[in-house]
Amino acid sequence: MSSPGLIRYISKPHPVTGVTNSKLGIWCFLASEVMLFGALFSAYILLRTGAPSWPRGSDLLNVPLATLNTIVLITSSVTMVMAWASLALKDFSKYRRYMGFTILLAFTFLVVKGFEYGHKFEHHHFPSTSNFYAIYFALTGLHGLHVIGGIIVNSYLLFPGSALWKTEPEQFMGRVECAGLYWHFVDLVWIFLFPVLYLL
Amino acid sequence: MSGKNHSHDLPFWRKYIFSVDHKVIGIQYAITGLLFLLFGFSLMMLLRWQLAYPGQPVPFIGHLFNESMMVGGIMLPEFYNQLGAMHGTIMVFLGVVPLAVGGFGNYLVPLQIGAPDMAFPKLNMMSYWVYFLGGVTMIASFFAPGGAAQSGWTSYPPLADIATTGQTMWLIGMIFLITSSLLGSINFIVTIVQLRAEGLSFFRFPFFVWAQFVTSFLLLLAFPPLEAAGVLQLMDRLLHTSFFLPSGLVVSGNVVPVSGGGNPLLWQHLFWFLAHPEVYVLILPAMGIVAEVLACNTRKPIYGYKAMVYSVIFIGFMSFIVWAHHMFLTNMGTKMSAFFQITTMIISIPSVVILTALALSLWGGSIRFNTPMLFAVTFLPMFGIGGLTGLPLGLAAADIHLHDTYYVIGHFHYVVAPGTLFALFAGIYHWFPKVTGRKMWEFLGKLHFWPSLFFINGVFMPMFIMGLAGVSRRLYDPIQYAHAQPVQPLNVFMSICAWGLGLSQIPFVLNFFGSLFFGKKVDANPWEATTLEWSAPSPPPHGNFSIAPQVYRGPYEYSVPGQKHDFWPQAMKEEN
Repeated sequence: MSSPGLIRYISKPHPVTGVTNSKLGIWCFLASEVMLFGALFSAYILLRTGAPSWPRGSDLLNVPLATLNTIVLITSSVTMVMAWASLALKDFSKYRRYMGFTILLAFTFLVVKGFEYGHKFEHHHFPSTSNFYAIYFALTGLHGLHVIGGIIVNSYLLFPGSALWKTEPEQFMGRVECAGLYWHFVDLVWIFLFPVLYLL
Repeated sequence: MSGKNHSHDLPFWRKYIFSVDHKVIGIQYAITGLLFLLFGFSLMMLLRWQLAYPGQPVPFIGHLFNESMMVGGIMLPEFYNQLGAMHGTIMVFLGVVPLAVGGFGNYLVPLQIGAPDMAFPKLNMMSYWVYFLGGVTMIASFFAPGGAAQSGWTSYPPLADIATTGQTMWLIGMIFLITSSLLGSINFIVTIVQLRAEGLSFFRFPFFVWAQFVTSFLLLLAFPPLEAAGVLQLMDRLLHTSFFLPSGLVVSGNVVPVSGGGNPLLWQHLFWFLAHPEVYVLILPAMGIVAEVLACNTRKPIYGYKAMVYSVIFIGFMSFIVWAHHMFLTNMGTKMSAFFQITTMIISIPSVVILTALALSLWGGSIRFNTPMLFAVTFLPMFGIGGLTGLPLGLAAADIHLHDTYYVIGHFHYVVAPGTLFALFAGIYHWFPKVTGRKMWEFLGKLHFWPSLFFINGVFMPMFIMGLAGVSRRLYDPIQYAHAQPVQPLNVFMSICAWGLGLSQIPFVLNFFGSLFFGKKVDANPWEATTLEWSAPSPPPHGNFSIAPQVYRGPYEYSVPGQKHDFWPQAMKEEN
């Protein structure tokens, strides 16, 4: 029996459900994110099937840059796992290195994306140009916001938030794991976005 | 009281304003929700003047409004539309849901499952303040150029795409509200799954907890598509995209200069994908409250508890695949209509199961007719009328005649107003002693109940007649069409009832504040109820329970044979 007034299962998993509070929370959050992006993908399908003609993504968008970005993002997912694994091996300096890489790769993604956007604007291709560009900017823009969110969370876990490692290592590892789940999701959304927008 | 109780050391603003205690946040939600309910109701009382006496100046207060709202006290059509759109928005998103889920859910769920607090107290606080920001944005939109949103609470494009600035603020406000409910629903799910007391298995949950649990999933999964739709409509308005604008759209004689190719139906699909589950977000917590109040005041277990639980889960699933019954008249095709009318008929079954089980729970009970019980019992026929009048709307053929008429308004108001709101009032009277340590007065409670019951039926019952006569909703001039003129006297009657309903709330306000200071002091369990919240002190301290409770039995062990008392609390180990 636990003492009253304390919220349980913050760092230790619940014996029945097998997860901590935050892990269940992040899975719920990701479920809602699936619905968010799912709605946008549905919008894409409805607009495309309803349109008399729809451009091929590869004719209008920069496939090589997007391929590069796909590789960047997948690599960042790998470094994110390595960061968490380093904590499991109690190697904090390695954790910092891998987390730093993850953030750096996320920035790289945004810079490449920025070049792509800039290129579109130079050629006067705006969201208002056509519904193809409208949904392209809506989907990639929202995904970009998620990348920025990931950078903020990961930077917190790299710098001020990592103080928790000394006092509550288990809880800190849980936080990194949750951030990782989120980051893989952002990665996964891109893996859907890339073929749908650029290749099909 | 435990040593962990440090709430007394906190400064005022941490204890009552930026509090992380679920009880304080629940009270904040409830008070804000009640104020928004009053505000939204006031908009409607104003609007009903125009419906009863079209084109006549509003007496007493008409001159207080500026030129863009009323000229010489006569309401302008634009302002009429704002009142209608904002009444719906405020009542649903800022009134009922925050009170039912944010207020009752926040306060009661941790107590009923024996938890010290919600799983994520800071997220909980953030959820409230984001909701508050959303409310402020909505209120501020009345002062935007062109006033608040005017395109109905459903914000259908193309109209909403080309509306004034108020619509942009509506969308931003909605994004705040969606974020708030997302944070709240995650918190509820995690709390209910993880922080149950020892011995509290899922089938020992009070029905209210089940209702909140399913509601949370609806909020979690149904709201994001509206967020997506909101972002797309914002882009349409601010970046001039054409997600919802078809090619060659003509407004005021001019072709709108956009790329076109969009689909207004896309908005309707995304909107109703949220808004139908939202209907169940409005009704499920109310059913939960009624089950609690009924079991306690009939002094016997709820009839068919397990059937009710399975029904509520089934409703949760089904509510995701009925949304297009709001769109039978959009030319989406008979195959689609057939599918959605079948799912709609199916979802009525679990609702009937729950309602029947609640009604059968009354059978053979020694009923205490106190104020909470009066409101709770009234919920049954009122929700019954609301539900049954929904069946013709769910059948595509019948809906052709009834769609967008006052019949629809009558139908869903019976569900939400004398249905949900009466249940919420029952909840307020029932749990007021737990929250404040004092009982509300019975006499004023009955003075609140009986006139409210009369007037609320006076407002909504004639709507069915008007709708069958073919009167459209959202008409600024109710006698514009010849077929509406014979039923116009009903509009006068309904308006008088609406104002009467407003006056009937005065006893409630007096009772609420009066009993807060002068009500009869009570102990932990004044109703002799069984669920866990009644084994905590009234009001419960920070951390809720002095020792972590252990649960030994189901939620409704009333009048168990062989027991000395007619109630056997869940947390009581020995015989009672």
